Amino acid sequence: MGMTMVEKILAQATGQTAVKVGDVVEPRVDLAMSHENGALVINQFMEIYKDTGLEAKVWDPSRIAIIFDHRVPAESSKTATNQKKIRDFVAKQGIRKFHDIRGDEGGICHQILPENGYVRPGYVVVGTDSHTTSHGALGAFSFGIGATEMASVWALGGVLNVEVPGTIKVVVNGEFPPFVGPKDLILYLIGLISAEGANFKVIEFHGSTIENMSTSGRLVICNMTVEAGATSGIVPPDEETLQYLHKEAGVRGKIKTFGPDADANYDRTIEIDVSKLAPQIACPHTVDNVKSIEEVEGKKVHQIVIGSCTNGRLDDIEIASRLLAGKKVSRNVRMLVFPASGRIYRQALKKGYVAKLMAAGAVVMNSGCGPCLGVHQGALAEGDVALATTNRNFKGRMGNPNAEVFLCSPAVAAASALTGVITDPRKGG
Amino acid sequence: MSKVVLKLGDDISTDIIYPGRFMATVLPSETPQFAFADYQEFNARVKNKQIPAGSVIVAGKNFGCGSSREQAASCLKGPEFMIVARDFARIFLQNSINLGLNTIICPGIEANEGDELEISGNQVINRTSGKSFDIVPLPKARQAIIDAGGLISFTRQLVLQGKK
Repeated sequence: MGMTMVEKILAQATGQTAVKVGDVVEPRVDLAMSHENGALVINQFMEIYKDTGLEAKVWDPSRIAIIFDHRVPAESSKTATNQKKIRDFVAKQGIRKFHDIRGDEGGICHQILPENGYVRPGYVVVGTDSHTTSHGALGAFSFGIGATEMASVWALGGVLNVEVPGTIKVVVNGEFPPFVGPKDLILYLIGLISAEGANFKVIEFHGSTIENMSTSGRLVICNMTVEAGATSGIVPPDEETLQYLHKEAGVRGKIKTFGPDADANYDRTIEIDVSKLAPQIACPHTVDNVKSIEEVEGKKVHQIVIGSCTNGRLDDIEIASRLLAGKKVSRNVRMLVFPASGRIYRQALKKGYVAKLMAAGAVVMNSGCGPCLGVHQGALAEGDVALATTNRNFKGRMGNPNAEVFLCSPAVAAASALTGVITDPRKGG
Repeated sequence: MSKVVLKLGDDISTDIIYPGRFMATVLPSETPQFAFADYQEFNARVKNKQIPAGSVIVAGKNFGCGSSREQAASCLKGPEFMIVARDFARIFLQNSINLGLNTIICPGIEANEGDELEISGNQVINRTSGKSFDIVPLPKARQAIIDAGGLISFTRQLVLQGKK
């Protein structure tokens, strides 16, 4: 029997010729990522070594990455103290893949890892962040874990007792209509299979739409697979992946690509044709409450957010600036834009996107997670409605349980910023 | 016997269990004060330690969906809740096992607040309604961690054995 992408990666990471669904394996880890919750990982890591007489040293500092993004710059002295604790640890352990709060090399972890070439096809990547699924876009098996699990990885260099997950094959064909793209596809898929439709499974993407999709778009769809409960999303690496890693991420040397075997065994196969797909909106308060835009257009909104690990990349900012150029953001909304990294921010400045967005009335914030997780930089009032390109709309997500969050693509967010109501970008004037 | 102190529906996210605005608090000894922070009445009872250890939270499908934040498990471990749900989201379940939070997967569970539940073998028995419901075993891959009393002590054993 042939192997899926994840079976191949786990076979390689455990030194076996083959593994199959349900096998319990302990793969070595190629990259272990944390953000501010590294402070908790450090606590748990120290706890492992307590009273052992052994020195608490991480297994391989070159395979650990720590990126500050969730609360940057620190919103409270408590966060600042956590960040300080991590800085001290990073220096002591010799961790070099550390991205502090900086305009040159800082940003959101799920953008920093790809753009710096930290992830390669075939890698096993773990992160103390549920959206670690993103890095399947580069052909890695990449999944979220908790802080204690990460402490164990820091000590041992592998993940203990991983059950080889089953795979759902999603085949996507057709060309996206204008103003419809990867975000609409992944929202549609989550609506189709539900918030737990892929729990404990991997989603493997295939088809001409995926083959023609940029790495930026592949990051969007893999990012949100966790909203269907998936352990990870994954795209077979191809010429586009190599181009991205060599040109954008500056990776030198040969990179091996691979795909699943033709006779690999899938739990189920889902086929999607995007050629007639409309913009999709995830309505409060679950990500699988997805509706076609016709059903919600006209809904009044108070805050528009373009950003996050899902949709804060250059192509997202480009489409927003194109729709807003020479126009004005409605006086009834606040529009906040968060470029996903310092590099993207500088590219957006150079191309004039930032100037166009600001002239229209948008506020272009520093790179980071922004208000997505409800800590700072855009809290909502009682009864407020936010329309965001982020990835979660759970009750209370943006900091106020008496507010609503709708999720959409950058095109819908920008079109709606002009009108103050949910607006179909295909009808724009 | 354990009393159901909170009954919840499907897709209870980590943002409901432990809202993001409290995430700078990381220590397991400090997280319980923010458990279900937006359910003010229940949160007050947790904070004031008015709920006996072993009390039950009953939930529907996909309990703990969303973030990987471990605070969502540690805030329930502190007061020693038992969580009986139709099923759990992956990362939350693994965090719970790693921290030793008692999680019971029970796809058919029917119970209301105030009901008395008993775990007997591979069944949850609702002593109030008289009905019993099958338990789905936790992933077998994790049994060694459960047996060791959590991932910290399990990893400590491995480190001491020089498996590092």
